[in-house]
Amino acid sequence: MAKTLFDKIWDKHTVQKIEDGPSVLYIDKHFIHEVTSPQAFNGIEKRGLKVFRPQQVVATADHNVPTINQHLPIKDELSRLQVQQLIENCKKHHIELYGLGHPFQGIVHVIGPELGVTQPGMTIVCGDSHTSTHGAFGAVAFGIGTSEVEMVFASQCLLQTKPKVMRINIEGELHNGVLSKDIILYIIAQITASGATGYFVEYAGSAIRSLSMEARMTICNMSIEMGARGGMIAPDETTFAYMKGRQFAPGNGLWEKKVAEWKELYTDADAVFDHEININASDIQPMITYGTNPGLGIAINGHIPVTDTIPDEGERNNIIKALKYMGLESGKSLLGMPVQHVFIGSCTNSRIEDLRLVASLVKGRKKNENVQVMIVPGSQQVARQATAEGLDKIFKEAGFEIRQAGCSACLGMNEDKIPAGEYCISTSNRNFEGRQGAGARTLLASPLTAAAAAITGVVTDVRELI
Amino acid sequence: MIPLQKIHSRFVPLEMENVDTDQIIPARFLKATTRDGFGKNLFRDWRYENNDETKPKADFVLNQSQFSGEILVAGKNFGCGSSREHAAWALQDYGFKAVVSSFFADIFKNNALNNGVVPVKVSDEFLAKIFALGNEATISIDIDKQTITLDASGLQETFEINTYKKTCLLNGYDDIDYLIANKQAIEAYEEKQV
Repeated sequence: MAKTLFDKIWDKHTVQKIEDGPSVLYIDKHFIHEVTSPQAFNGIEKRGLKVFRPQQVVATADHNVPTINQHLPIKDELSRLQVQQLIENCKKHHIELYGLGHPFQGIVHVIGPELGVTQPGMTIVCGDSHTSTHGAFGAVAFGIGTSEVEMVFASQCLLQTKPKVMRINIEGELHNGVLSKDIILYIIAQITASGATGYFVEYAGSAIRSLSMEARMTICNMSIEMGARGGMIAPDETTFAYMKGRQFAPGNGLWEKKVAEWKELYTDADAVFDHEININASDIQPMITYGTNPGLGIAINGHIPVTDTIPDEGERNNIIKALKYMGLESGKSLLGMPVQHVFIGSCTNSRIEDLRLVASLVKGRKKNENVQVMIVPGSQQVARQATAEGLDKIFKEAGFEIRQAGCSACLGMNEDKIPAGEYCISTSNRNFEGRQGAGARTLLASPLTAAAAAITGVVTDVRELI
Repeated sequence: MIPLQKIHSRFVPLEMENVDTDQIIPARFLKATTRDGFGKNLFRDWRYENNDETKPKADFVLNQSQFSGEILVAGKNFGCGSSREHAAWALQDYGFKAVVSSFFADIFKNNALNNGVVPVKVSDEFLAKIFALGNEATISIDIDKQTITLDASGLQETFEINTYKKTCLLNGYDDIDYLIANKQAIEAYEEKQV
């Protein structure tokens, strides 16, 4: 029978199926971080259990870590304790930890791929909704809660109900200045923040195939923002070229065999999806969000919807509430609006290609004096690479503040926060109320659009600067 | 988990869509290493002015004494966003045993079920009828029969829950018990892969 890519991987990992219930799904790789793991470690210890397959777990510290002076003890006591707890738990349970100070440390969804831990055909989980990122390699990767982290610790398996499958086809060529971040913001704006709930999404089509691995990761990363359990892209030559030679990628002797297996990971020609969406790449402009969920986005040169004309009452009230929080007006354009902060970072857009793109735009330019610009590499490796390429000099000359690896201002958990009432153009993934700090106002956009605002101090169509 | 068969209670109406887990429990409260005590920070930034517990926001439903109960009723797409199970812990610790909505985010739904908080999915029409009820009205949820009933009118809908999860809720079993009991099958699976 013809199968989708998702079905091939899911079925291969199904240990058993409970009648009128979930499946026991085997997990190949389990990433953990300091925030969602401590209660899971407590849980198995209370039950008198050990971690069942510690070699299949990889840990890092990212959410709580400061992004300056990482060599010093963490100032915030609770953060310090949580990071310390991770160190102790990993030691006790023989789990590899790339913690603060380790050359591999970084945001969990950045380091998995860059180390070659993430591989096609795998099932991958992490107590973090952006685990969908790893789907860019043709893996079934999804976020889980802490009770589920405990399940994987205890049994290397999860009880999961099989989701429906959706394919989003994006055909054609992208306009200049349009990045993969714009593609995913466009899709979410089209289908809403709940439009893919209950589904696992496969992205396909010529526009997707043309993207680099890092650009693909950005798209899969935000699958959760439309409610999808995960997003995935079939592996191809781009995938294999990216992976070859990475630290934990299959080595010589095994490489050819693995690539041959991975080449079987595609959706069969006559496989049927529960839902399918077709998008023309040339319809996509640089995007920006105006509201308090990632589905409330518009083309940078478009207008905020006129609330009076929205027929559905619930949706209308949502947007009215969002605009009130954001201090924005119905029907207006965002172009020219001053912003006080630019944040370039997060598991969505903090990889070396993102930094290169930003550098290409800001080289020889200076940031606007009214904007604070924070650029936070996703990992120690990204930071080292940026320095090796001289990108750090470009950023410094432009007046950007370069920080150390971590989740940083994406989630208002560590020291990096946006003050209440101020606007931040952010390359991260969520514009929820208070996400970047209580009262902070987030405008999600691509690294190029963020860089453009850093230079001009206002919301800008990056195509005017290219 | 504590077994849960029936809930009969008044309800707290949160007439809002897309309530994300950052609102249910903001990230700055995720630094704990235990599961306890999250209830006091439930909806923290909607509940208090400037994070100040002495300044409750009068217009937020948890601060309105006429509303109380073990059932939270919310607009569609409840629990979207972050996978933080702390959201389910906060709801449970506050005293909610069920959340009623016309649509739930997937990860939240699993997290709630794993903590004995029942996500009850109803139709948009039924949800509108609940929001139209007075604050004294009570609701009955029967997990075994999979029904939700508005007590005054007797209006009823059935809701979905798979047999396995229902058995877990009714008896207080959890998934880990099941998985550990099936370790042989898991090891046999592993051997086949090599």
